[in-house]
Amino acid sequence: MGDDKVKVVDATGSFCPGPLMELIGQLKEMEVGDVLELLSSDKGSAADVPEWVNKVGHEMVGTEEKDGVWHIRVRKLK
Amino acid sequence: MADKLSILCVSGAHERIQMAAMAAATAAAGGTEVTVFFSMNALPYFVQGTAAQAPAEGDFGRRMAGKNVPSFKRLFEQAKELGGARLYACSMALDVLGVEASGLEEYLDGPLGLTRFLSDGAEGQIVVF
Repeated sequence: MGDDKVKVVDATGSFCPGPLMELIGQLKEMEVGDVLELLSSDKGSAADVPEWVNKVGHEMVGTEEKDGVWHIRVRKLK
Repeated sequence: MADKLSILCVSGAHERIQMAAMAAATAAAGGTEVTVFFSMNALPYFVQGTAAQAPAEGDFGRRMAGKNVPSFKRLFEQAKELGGARLYACSMALDVLGVEASGLEEYLDGPLGLTRFLSDGAEGQIVVF
C-alpha cells in the first residue's frame, strides 16, 4: 500500500453531510485506483461514508480516529 | 430500476429546508433518482436576490446557525452536480409570487406543475418537508 497515491481532504469542522459531499466531489476528480483520505470531526461520517462507499462500489481502505478526527481512507474503483 | 425519491419542499423554516437539502444530496449521491419540488414558503429562497438564510423554526435551527453546517442552497446544488438531482419550482407558486422562470436561481431546472411532479414520482417515495 506504500506506493498508493493518497489525496488528503480536510473536512474537519463541517457537519453532515458536508464531509461526504466533499469526499464525493474530490473523488470525481481523481483517477481509478487512487486513495482519498477524508479527515472529519463529524462522528456520523465514520458510519455514513462507508455506507456510501459500499453502495456505490468503491473500496473502504480503513478508518481510524485520532484525537477526535476520523481518518477515512477510500479507494476509487470506477 | 433506480431508486426514486421525490421531495416536496414547502416550509419556509430553516430546519425543514435543511433536512430536505440533506435528504436530496445524500440520496442523489448514493445513486437515487431525486426530484425536488419547491413550493409555498420554501420557494422564495430559490428566487434570485432572496436572502440565503431562512428563519429557524425552533431551538435546533438556532443552534445550527452557530455551527459549520453546509448551506441548504449549496446542498441542493451538490445534489444536482454530484447526483443529477432535478430541482423544480411549483408553477402555481411562481404565479402567486409574480416571478418569471428567468427569476429563479440558475441551478433550478425551471417551473413544473404538481400533476406532472406527482405523476413522475408515483413509482417511488414521496416525502414532504
